[in-house]
Amino acid sequence: MRRQFFTNTIKILAVGVGTFSIFKLNDTPKSESKIELKKSFFLRPPGVVSEKHFLANCIRCAKCVKACPYNTLSLAKIGEFASLGTPKFSANEIPCYLCDDLPCIKACPTDALDKSIDKISLVNIGRAIVDESSCVAHFGIQCDACYRACPFIDKALKLEYKRNERTKKHAMLVPKVDYDYCVGCGLCEKVCITKKPAIVILPTSFILGERNDNYVKGWVSGDDERLKHIDTSKKHDEKKAINYLNDGEF
Amino acid sequence: MKILKNKYLILRRFIQLGLLALFILPSADFILKGNLSSSLLFNSISLSDPFAYLQIFLATFTLNVGLFISAFLVFIIYALFLGRAFCSFVCPVNLITNLADFIKQNTSFKSSKLTNFKQNTRYFILFSILILCLIANEPVFEKYSHIGIITRGIIFMQTSAIFVAIIIFLLDLFVQRNLVCSHLCPLGAFYSLISKFAMLKVSYDLNKCTKCMKCKMICPEAQVLSLITKYSGNVSNSECIKCARCIEVCDDDALNFNLINFLKGKK
Ligand code: SF4
Ligand code: SF4
Ligand code: SF4
Ligand code: SF4
Repeated sequence: MRRQFFTNTIKILAVGVGTFSIFKLNDTPKSESKIELKKSFFLRPPGVVSEKHFLANCIRCAKCVKACPYNTLSLAKIGEFASLGTPKFSANEIPCYLCDDLPCIKACPTDALDKSIDKISLVNIGRAIVDESSCVAHFGIQCDACYRACPFIDKALKLEYKRNERTKKHAMLVPKVDYDYCVGCGLCEKVCITKKPAIVILPTSFILGERNDNYVKGWVSGDDERLKHIDTSKKHDEKKAINYLNDGEF
Repeated sequence: MKILKNKYLILRRFIQLGLLALFILPSADFILKGNLSSSLLFNSISLSDPFAYLQIFLATFTLNVGLFISAFLVFIIYALFLGRAFCSFVCPVNLITNLADFIKQNTSFKSSKLTNFKQNTRYFILFSILILCLIANEPVFEKYSHIGIITRGIIFMQTSAIFVAIIIFLLDLFVQRNLVCSHLCPLGAFYSLISKFAMLKVSYDLNKCTKCMKCKMICPEAQVLSLITKYSGNVSNSECIKCARCIEVCDDDALNFNLINFLKGKK
């Protein structure tokens, strides 16, 4: 009986390790080229708050995939970087068109896609970054394809005026991403005119840092509310200077 | 005559393939949307896999009421009425393992058996998975489920799923008879555990039986037919997948489905 149990356990382990290795085999990112790199990351549907929370909740039912009218989403296959059977997309192929009513989030039966995200401006898919060395606007050629494609035009994507130091008489209009507004839908990446897109969406965790939250942004409406209850009276310690002089060191 | 004799087999294939067709066809989305993990019936009733729900619950420890209700509906249907019929009437893996078994029954490699997993191995796997869910904070079986891979493979035409299908087929054919479904699958184990009191049972009549043993030969869970040649009654072991193969191969009408009698008997 006991021997039976041991042999069985070993067999289960063998089968388990075998199967596991099939799925893990392709999981390591290995190459430097951008196309290769794209295989090693993926974009999650809108409504994903954190990868960990998402993986714990997604039941892999594909309801979000079916709900998307643009066929943006697909379920990860064997050998893909994203966890097997979970929804993901690549902005380069089909971006997320940020439907006003967010049908993908509504369709999700679990908490994998956060139902409290009901406005497209709250979506957090990734962030766009511009590669200035391949963006032709930085060449001095006028291109504003990405700027026009952005659903948050002049907020998430602005055109910045720059003096063309080479000709010394022309202006350059270069795209500039504002990460307070960019949600990472990928519409800009899709329309970029260069051979490989000069503007690319990366998952938020790849590129964004995190500042302390004591800074108040006057230009974000409502942010200065936080100042209302703050105690601005100065705390003055009159004895401080005298104590300082009297404290042994002098 | 032959067709009538295999009516349950035909019904099963019809339901299995029909469900997949409903999932695949975009024009049938108003009837059924999603896949076997969770789906939406007639755009209003949400149905979810209770085992997947259990895993998510263990992984997150949050109660999602909507998801709970949708999983509970399915739970009740199987626990009270259908028993482990999911395995024979719904699960697409059944198509593969039945094919392997069919080949095995009709050709010469009947005796091959490389491993000797016991039927209860699946319960070890089931509980290990539940514990892993707690540790890894992820629905572990959903992640690697062969059922999920195959269903998604069929619904979304993912060719990579073919390899998994072939592996299952080969395991069943060459390694051990019904290895995947009757010995390893934790979902099958889960349904066995919950369907102890299901009303749909197979009943056996000793007086009609000629002891030909055809039923035991064909049954994928032969241990449930322990009452054959011993006494009349219902197959009470909840590991029975209600595939009705025993009913169909019996030439003496000794076996039958029994739902109504059972209800009467209760009164
Ligand atoms: S917001 Fe619309 S386009 Fe984007 S993934 Fe959801 S359904 Fe698809
Ligand atoms: S609808 Fe939700 S649970 Fe289903 S696959 Fe999409 S994210 Fe996962
Ligand atoms: S991803 Fe591009 S198009 Fe979408 S919001 Fe950001 S800058 Fe605009
Ligand atoms: S579309 Fe591409 S090339 Fe044109 S300005 Fe935007 S990033 Fe540069």
